[in-house]
Amino acid sequence: MYEVIVVGGGHAGCEAALATARKGHSTLLVTGNIHNIADMPCNPSIGGSAKGIVVREIDALGGEMGRNADKSLLQMKMLNVAKGPAVQALRAQADKITYPKNMIKTLESTPHLDIKEAMVEDLIVENHIVKGIVLEQGERIESKCVILTTGTYLKADILVGDTRTRQGPHGEKPSNHLSDQLKAYGFDIIRLKTGTPQRIDKNSIDFSKTQEEQGDRVYHTFSFDNEIYYDIDSQVPCHLIYTQPKTHQIIKENLHQSSMYGGLSDIKGVGPRYCPSIEDKIVRFADKERHQLFLEPESLYYDDIYIQGFSTSMPKDIQEQMVHSLPGLEHAKILKYAYAIEYDAIDAKQLKQSLETKVVENLYTAGQINGTSGYEEAACQGLMAGINAALKLEGKDPLILKRNEAYIGVLIDDLVTKGIIDPYRLLTSRAEYRLLLRHDNADLRLRDYGYQVGLVPEEKYQKFLQKKERIKEIENLLKETKITPTDSTQQYLENIPTALLKDGITLYDFLKRPEITFEHIKHFIDLKTTPEIEEQITVAIKYEGYIAKANKEALKMVDLDNKKIPDDINYDAIHNLASEAKQKLKKIQPTSIGQALRISGVNPADISLIMVYLKKEYHHGN
Amino acid sequence: MNDTIAAISTALGVGAISIIRVSGEDSIAIVSKIWKGKDLTKVPSHTIHYGFIYDQEELIDEVLLSIMKAPKTFTKEDIIEINSHGGIATTNRILELLLTNGCRLAEPGEFTKRAFLNGRIDLIEAEGVMDLISSKTDKSRSLALSQMTGEVSNMIHQLRTKIADVISNIEVNIDYPEYEDIEVVTIEQVKENVTYIEKEIQRILARSETGSLIKEGIKTVIVGKPNVGKSSILNRLLEEEKAIVTDIAGTTRDVVEGDIAIDGILLHMIDTAGIRETQDKVESIGVKKSLEWIQKADLVLCVFNNNEILSEEEEELLKQIEKKTSIIIVNKKDLPCQLQLPKTDIPVIRMSALENDGIEELRAEIKKIFHLEQIEQTDYTYLSSARSISLLKQSLQALQAVKEGIAQSLPIDMIEIDLKNAWNLLGEIIGETYTEELLDEMFSRFCLGK
Repeated sequence: MYEVIVVGGGHAGCEAALATARKGHSTLLVTGNIHNIADMPCNPSIGGSAKGIVVREIDALGGEMGRNADKSLLQMKMLNVAKGPAVQALRAQADKITYPKNMIKTLESTPHLDIKEAMVEDLIVENHIVKGIVLEQGERIESKCVILTTGTYLKADILVGDTRTRQGPHGEKPSNHLSDQLKAYGFDIIRLKTGTPQRIDKNSIDFSKTQEEQGDRVYHTFSFDNEIYYDIDSQVPCHLIYTQPKTHQIIKENLHQSSMYGGLSDIKGVGPRYCPSIEDKIVRFADKERHQLFLEPESLYYDDIYIQGFSTSMPKDIQEQMVHSLPGLEHAKILKYAYAIEYDAIDAKQLKQSLETKVVENLYTAGQINGTSGYEEAACQGLMAGINAALKLEGKDPLILKRNEAYIGVLIDDLVTKGIIDPYRLLTSRAEYRLLLRHDNADLRLRDYGYQVGLVPEEKYQKFLQKKERIKEIENLLKETKITPTDSTQQYLENIPTALLKDGITLYDFLKRPEITFEHIKHFIDLKTTPEIEEQITVAIKYEGYIAKANKEALKMVDLDNKKIPDDINYDAIHNLASEAKQKLKKIQPTSIGQALRISGVNPADISLIMVYLKKEYHHGN
Repeated sequence: MNDTIAAISTALGVGAISIIRVSGEDSIAIVSKIWKGKDLTKVPSHTIHYGFIYDQEELIDEVLLSIMKAPKTFTKEDIIEINSHGGIATTNRILELLLTNGCRLAEPGEFTKRAFLNGRIDLIEAEGVMDLISSKTDKSRSLALSQMTGEVSNMIHQLRTKIADVISNIEVNIDYPEYEDIEVVTIEQVKENVTYIEKEIQRILARSETGSLIKEGIKTVIVGKPNVGKSSILNRLLEEEKAIVTDIAGTTRDVVEGDIAIDGILLHMIDTAGIRETQDKVESIGVKKSLEWIQKADLVLCVFNNNEILSEEEEELLKQIEKKTSIIIVNKKDLPCQLQLPKTDIPVIRMSALENDGIEELRAEIKKIFHLEQIEQTDYTYLSSARSISLLKQSLQALQAVKEGIAQSLPIDMIEIDLKNAWNLLGEIIGETYTEELLDEMFSRFCLGK
């Protein structure tokens, strides 16, 4: 008997199991293959636009992904440096051997956490409450909560050309019955698809025909622990190449052989719009002469090179032709062929904001089973499902992050409110308050929550409080310190160059000038800071006006989110409610007016009817 | 939401009395600033008082004022209702005075919203509100949308698409930074697009005349050869002797002005000296002015004499008014017809100012041209057009902010915030987005000030 059973050892499962175990709840992690724990079956990278910020958020809340990635880096980059503070994000090439190894080490050294290798084929459900799991051989393990993080393994089919094989990534055994059981319990099952490109033998590539892509020349870490595990000079480069006219010709001529374009007639899965296969790209962007491809190293311990941007479901012989048409890959040896994978997922509209299902109590789901794609998206859901399962065991309210607090909040709200059609990838454009959801302030946004739920240890929290205090001190200092138009100051300004002073100006206002950086400030005042603190202060001061505006907008949303809709609201009792709205409201069961308004198909007139109805009920109640 | 709000709560353009309603804790203090009569702080609640509205020393109107003190009022706040008799211009003037003295213009349905929020609406009334919402939603929306002609809403839609193109390209640049082969949006492109969109919005604003016509009146000029009866027609419309009328050609030397109301909508009339090449010094100034006025006018009434043949000057005049909104008046229809008008699309009214025959037809034609019937039908339309105009102006401001951001070399991410803002504002006009202010949206289906 465990308090929590986590089914699946991917990125969601690891975070979920660590969260519940660290919070002191006896936890069992069940995985089909222990060697595949924290596996990266697709791209060898962690982070990226928006995703990199999520990794920071996971870290701020006390999750593991950031730390684990820091320990497993091959290369690190800050993206979007020139495009603005809100959209900067870290992207790492992570070692596919070291990353899982480090994660397994952490799991194994965590108290209250057991790991078991087995296939789960059913749940124990009584009166719509989950009581445990049933293994393939019929063994039953009881628990108070179950967190499903099954990834792509529900009825997984690997598709290559005209062949369909029932198996998960790496030829692993899929779960054949669990999704049927979920359906029987009342879940709506949807079918999704994703794909992965070929792996090439490094020694067979002529890198002289490629363009080298190096990591940054300054150190970065995902984690706010700021521990550096890599050597800036030993980063492994990626390589950029472009598709050739011949590549396009091969693809066009053989399109009918691609699983997705007629090779298979029974495709039901919907693929991600944001991560199309190469044949998709060539069909949809027919006028584009070439597409970028990145050759990314998977590990220091083996020779596989991942061709980012080349995922396909063509038959193997066509893949050979396609790969050999690429510059530097004329004689490339394909170690693994590209494939598409189809899998079952549940309709995330059947989830609460806490990631507990509405259908079965004490059952939580996280990751690809909820329709997302990406390691980071999975990990953050796993963390939240773990936190909320633990909070429920403790009899506490769930932790629901708002859209103005975290990308994690945006992701979960989108999933449970809007549902998905194709695999969901986090994008900065999904966040309406992204200026607030920055890379630099993830700890300021979320550290308190992490501490409150008990995942951020006291020592780290104190460190954070000191940082916060220091930021305030420096900001005040900058407000109090004035520079005046003395000869030496004017001389210095002229050299920057920036406009000369007419009157005295505070350093705070001085830093607002676009060309002024924190380095210039330090010319006038001796300050003990860290790059982190400087970044935080610079962004906060330079974009003060915009941030204030975003905060104001966000407050309006928070206001609506605070207007609660009671659980037992009877939508049938509301006259004149549009039937589409009624149907969606019943399914999604929004907890607040704000959430209801975000449901597509529910218009403001419907909302007004609900509000009037609630007001009326309120009068009844009194 | 404790600020004090004001709005005209009767339909504009209809009825002799307009009511301006003020609600909020500063109602009495604000109204007292423009009121001459009994001390409003001392009068009992739910009483009516006679007095005057003043702008500093200038008398604006003679009014009746109802005062209702909180909490037994519709909104549960202090409410003052000013009953004005002065027609639309005066009513607007009083509203403006209130706004400059500290009121905020009520948003659509805000009085009802306050009543609702302050718990004033009970069970039965809540049902009423509900019915109102369900019955009025579609109608008010369609009215709001019809206010903007299909053409204008098409234009706005296109502008939005243009902004959306830029935004989505920026988004792609941000979300897929590794893809260097996606076109990177440059500041120059943003600037170019913004400048274009600004110009287009200004053009739309210029065309969305109805709103400003209501507020400022329709500038109307009467032109024609001397002694065709311009002043008589003006007088018939004004129903007072303002211009000097004689039989001697060229009597009206100065531009004579006067306001008339056609069903509550203001016509700002300008009578002019007759159009005729002249040596007379005084009169030539008048002629020059009348040509200038044709350019500036919203409406040109061009008068001809039924009893005379068309002169060269008049042919020239016809050319001048071709591109303006105008009406041809053939006066003196009681006299034998000598006039041969060329074929024209301009509406022609035959009348006799002397016998007061045809004035009604003229009024009707003016109403038709400016769609005044529509305006008096309901104030929804006025509301939505004022709202649209204000949204257009706000989106111009947002675009201005984009330009300022560019000038300050802010990163593209910041600049995009203002672009998005402009996109949202334009969307609100044509109903393609809704404002996040739920309650405001909820009651915006209601008429302003109700």
